[in-house]
Amino acid sequence: MTEFLQQLGRNTHTSFTKLGRASFFLLQTLSGILSVLARPRLLLNQLYSVGVLSFLIITISGLFVGMVLGLQGYYILSDFGAEETLGVMVAASLVRELGPVVSALLFAGRAGSALTAEIGLMKATEQLSGMEMMAVDPIKRIISPRFLAGLLSMPLLAALFSAIGIIGGQLVGSGLLGVDEGAYWSQMQSNLDFKDDIINGVIKSIVFGFVTSWIALFEGYDAIPTSEGVSRATTRTVVNSAFTILGLDFILTALMFGDD
Amino acid sequence: MQHSNTQDTLVGLFVASGIAGLFFLAMQVSNLSSFTAHDSYTVTARFSNSGGLKVKSPVSAAGVRIGRVSAISFDPKTYQSVVQMTIDSQYNTLPDDSSASVFTAGLLGEQYVNLDAGGSDEFLTDGSEIEITQSAIILEKALGQFLFKSAEEKK
Repeated sequence: MTEFLQQLGRNTHTSFTKLGRASFFLLQTLSGILSVLARPRLLLNQLYSVGVLSFLIITISGLFVGMVLGLQGYYILSDFGAEETLGVMVAASLVRELGPVVSALLFAGRAGSALTAEIGLMKATEQLSGMEMMAVDPIKRIISPRFLAGLLSMPLLAALFSAIGIIGGQLVGSGLLGVDEGAYWSQMQSNLDFKDDIINGVIKSIVFGFVTSWIALFEGYDAIPTSEGVSRATTRTVVNSAFTILGLDFILTALMFGDD
Repeated sequence: MQHSNTQDTLVGLFVASGIAGLFFLAMQVSNLSSFTAHDSYTVTARFSNSGGLKVKSPVSAAGVRIGRVSAISFDPKTYQSVVQMTIDSQYNTLPDDSSASVFTAGLLGEQYVNLDAGGSDEFLTDGSEIEITQSAIILEKALGQFLFKSAEEKK
């Protein structure tokens, strides 16, 4: 019994210490962002590896998610004779929920895990310590550009995901199932609001980008510098990001779409 | 990491397509393009029942949308619903004896205010009130009346 309590206390202590380290790490990263702006080349390289390389998976997933939404929505809506509102259903679910959430999950899997592995390996091969020896701040040189790149890429990727999903829904809906194309777009336009739907979706994706990049970079930076430690850190990045994204999504949705 | 022109181009393409996606969402998907920032004027109308009318419901004349409902409130003195509408200034030649009625688009569609032009030479201006109004038809009420009436006739 006492052993159990000791273990519980130790675990709580470790997790709070880790949270503290993570917060400190975040502050350091944020303070390093200014020096990144002075060297845009670093940011550009990271935008390439974080954003451009995620482009394909995001666009293809977006297309298929939109097409599935078109099919499923059509089957349900045609029961009520309301096929014309297919556009509203597809667009609202993509812009409000699926766009930010699914692209953030994909982003965590595609870019987050890569970031953790990269930084964990840098730590394991003592590149980070080497930089410190040369009086180069690894936070400013390595972490902050990656963080900023994640933060900037995420809203762009989520917007792409939603836009392509809506086009995919239209391809299936009016190309395959015969929903009127004009009704698809006009119903969508009259029922979706710029501020309530689009802007809130963008805010969500910015929050997710912030959290995912933070988790990925911190897990890499905090990894035990062995091959096993790096592999565990990579797993933790994906799992923790998924939890955080879905949990935050609930809170953000409750805050944003509460009264309507 | 080596710097190359291709990489720069790809990053440029990525950012451009992301912004294009956002732009597409704003213009094509949401109602931003139909949002009118240009001048408008406000008129009010009192209904004994405004039904399911909501703020932002369309105001139309002859089937064309000319404005939106901007506020709905309850008048505790007359027990009426006060509906405030903003109408685009380009439609400033509506006669002041026009009548307003709450209609439903289709059987299950959303409700909107329809303005029927009158014959007066004076026009509606900012702050004026539409005198002749017709309330929303409440489906349950109409059904109830119909059933009651048909039961009467059978007697």
